[in-house]
Amino acid sequence: MSLALQTFSSVKDANAALQAAGTRYLGGGTLVVRAANEGDVAVFNLIRVSDPALSQIAVSGGKVRLGASVTMAAIARHPELAALAPAARAVGGPAIRNMATVGGNLFAPAPYGDFAVALLALDATVVTQAGEVPIETFLADRDTSRAILTAVDIALPKAESFRFLKVSRVKPKGVSVLSIAALLELASDGTVTSARIALGCMADRPMRALAAEKALLGCKLTPQEIAPALTAASEGIAPITDPIASAWYRAEVLPVHLGRLLLD
Amino acid sequence: MAKVPVQFTLNGSEKAEFVESGTTLLNALRDKIGDTSPKGGCHQGTCGACSVIIDGELRLSCLTLAETCGGADVRTTAGLAEGGVLHPLQRAFLDAFATQCGFCTPGMIMAAKVLLDRTPNPSREDVVEALSGNICRCTGYEPIIQAVLLAARANSQNAA
Repeated sequence: MSLALQTFSSVKDANAALQAAGTRYLGGGTLVVRAANEGDVAVFNLIRVSDPALSQIAVSGGKVRLGASVTMAAIARHPELAALAPAARAVGGPAIRNMATVGGNLFAPAPYGDFAVALLALDATVVTQAGEVPIETFLADRDTSRAILTAVDIALPKAESFRFLKVSRVKPKGVSVLSIAALLELASDGTVTSARIALGCMADRPMRALAAEKALLGCKLTPQEIAPALTAASEGIAPITDPIASAWYRAEVLPVHLGRLLLD
Repeated sequence: MAKVPVQFTLNGSEKAEFVESGTTLLNALRDKIGDTSPKGGCHQGTCGACSVIIDGELRLSCLTLAETCGGADVRTTAGLAEGGVLHPLQRAFLDAFATQCGFCTPGMIMAAKVLLDRTPNPSREDVVEALSGNICRCTGYEPIIQAVLLAARANSQNAA
């Protein structure tokens, strides 16, 4: 195992270098250096960009742009991003959060990538050298994507309309059994008028619970009314099996945890 | 493989080394510079035994490439004692029997140091959270949590 690291000052130059075979982008190192340490010989050339713009958080008029190199710790402590803090704090321990980046999280395979689950529920727009794409398109194509991710745009949710839950066996911090993020708009009588729900560990990458979203519309958040949505949440899932939990277990507990999130 | 120059401050003293490109900070510290206080446990970012403080922030040296640390201020447990006198955290780990095999201890102490530097009087929950990225397979964690709380009390008494 030997790695070679090249540092570029601009994303454009780095993007050109990234096209060479065996080349990966180095963000915080928690994915690619880990892979190299594990003996992944497919990783030998690393590229990184030193442009400080990639580490910036810009909040204006309810819109947030998170630079791709922004760390989980930077989000968790940002005074205007309190709604995102629970999802950012769900990632790793303190050292990992000082290293792990927004961009990296979008590439993290299940059971990792809890923050990307939150971004999916928030309908983020992913900004790359090749242009801007909706997060769902980005996630679907991420294995073949060769364009450097520079930022993620979201509309900042109201704290009360955004919910996030990570379930792990080790307390306070452990790898996900599953994670769920939900962006819910309620009418004044408590009826759900819009719902966007994202699931982690229910596939090899974050996915939406489209059937559950549909089933929630017009419901009040009571155990009786959400029951059809909990059943529908299992539609289309293909949970991962790993040392944390089997696919069977993850599928069994999904409705329970989604119910807790919705009724909380 | 091309060697690259790396220069940073380790526990207050300037270090300059040539390392192979892609060398982790952990390997540079242990094999090149001779500071064996950070331990290589999992090399996967899971165990926290390699934790060091870079520019005031807790990092995992096994996942950090040495050449990205140019000009950085790197702190390890080896630099804590001053003039033969143990740091309050080291003293507390001994007094509270928070060390058994000792492999996790340098990482635990680095994680605890970042906590106490920012939060001199932490709650038990703060301590548990601060140590949540560090694994210990001996103690069951309770003596470690107590040691950090003990060090915090010792610090506040000294300050008073």
